[in-house]
Amino acid sequence: MKAKVYVTLKPGILDPQGKAIQHSVNLLGFEGVADLRQGKYFEISLEQGIDEETALVNATRMAREVLSNPVIEDYRVEIES
Amino acid sequence: MKFGVIVFPGSNCDHDAYHVISKHVGQPVDFIWHGDTDLSSYDAVIIPGGFSYGDYLRAGALARFSPIMASVKKFAAQGGYVLGICNGFQILCEAGLLPGALIRNRDLHFICEHVTVRVESVETPFTNQVKRGEVLRLPIAHADGNYVCDDATLKQLQTEDSIILRYCDENGVPTEASNPNGSRDNIAGICNRERNVMGLMPHPERACEELLGSTDGRDIFRSLAGTLASIA
Repeated sequence: MKAKVYVTLKPGILDPQGKAIQHSVNLLGFEGVADLRQGKYFEISLEQGIDEETALVNATRMAREVLSNPVIEDYRVEIES
Repeated sequence: MKFGVIVFPGSNCDHDAYHVISKHVGQPVDFIWHGDTDLSSYDAVIIPGGFSYGDYLRAGALARFSPIMASVKKFAAQGGYVLGICNGFQILCEAGLLPGALIRNRDLHFICEHVTVRVESVETPFTNQVKRGEVLRLPIAHADGNYVCDDATLKQLQTEDSIILRYCDENGVPTEASNPNGSRDNIAGICNRERNVMGLMPHPERACEELLGSTDGRDIFRSLAGTLASIA
């Protein structure tokens, strides 16, 4: 089983890295990109025998207490069995 | 009075802080390894600059989980003085000892230069020997020094007089042009509500010798030492 955690900047938090990447995307010739924001993705492989509910509870705690900073970031957790 | 300088894997301004305390403040000081937990013999703790844990995940994020940080939290709650410089400021924010967060500089560059900051509050153990409005010339050296917080936190910092230093021009005016990293409200340093924990992005410990281009950093350490002497 895997827990997948997506961490994204809260709306309104400046993302200079995203801006720089968007600039490069524009230079590559892509048009119509209104905005580009950079985030983080974590893949947590879980040992066999852990049930899905526990996995979700644990991964959510990891996301909240370590993987994201609640001042600037939001997170989303998915469990893939 | 006794000072402690906390050393994380990746700290690199620990020796500068130690040097300033021992040579310019003239007080006993120890290095404290991040795996230690005993702060009982210290009156003030400095969390120095550097790149603890390689800035992995977020600057300061992993240092928060070092054993010493639980002791620092307890130490601060008991009224001990804590000064976080640069990476130390980032660690204090991540640990929840100071509000807000420090994100990538507005223009993405690592900035290493002398800047001018205005002293906004002298009602702190770290600035009580400075005049309000005084302009200090201090070096900065960071990639993640852009201070962010929500509107409510900013309002609280302002009403509680917790903003201690703001980036300004040479005349002491906090302008957009004098804001090196995009920090909200030109914030360069803040303290907590109880005023015993301060974090700042500039490096006062690198500005204590004529040879290094400025001695304005001495004001911060002189204030802290004076505070400790007065309560001893």
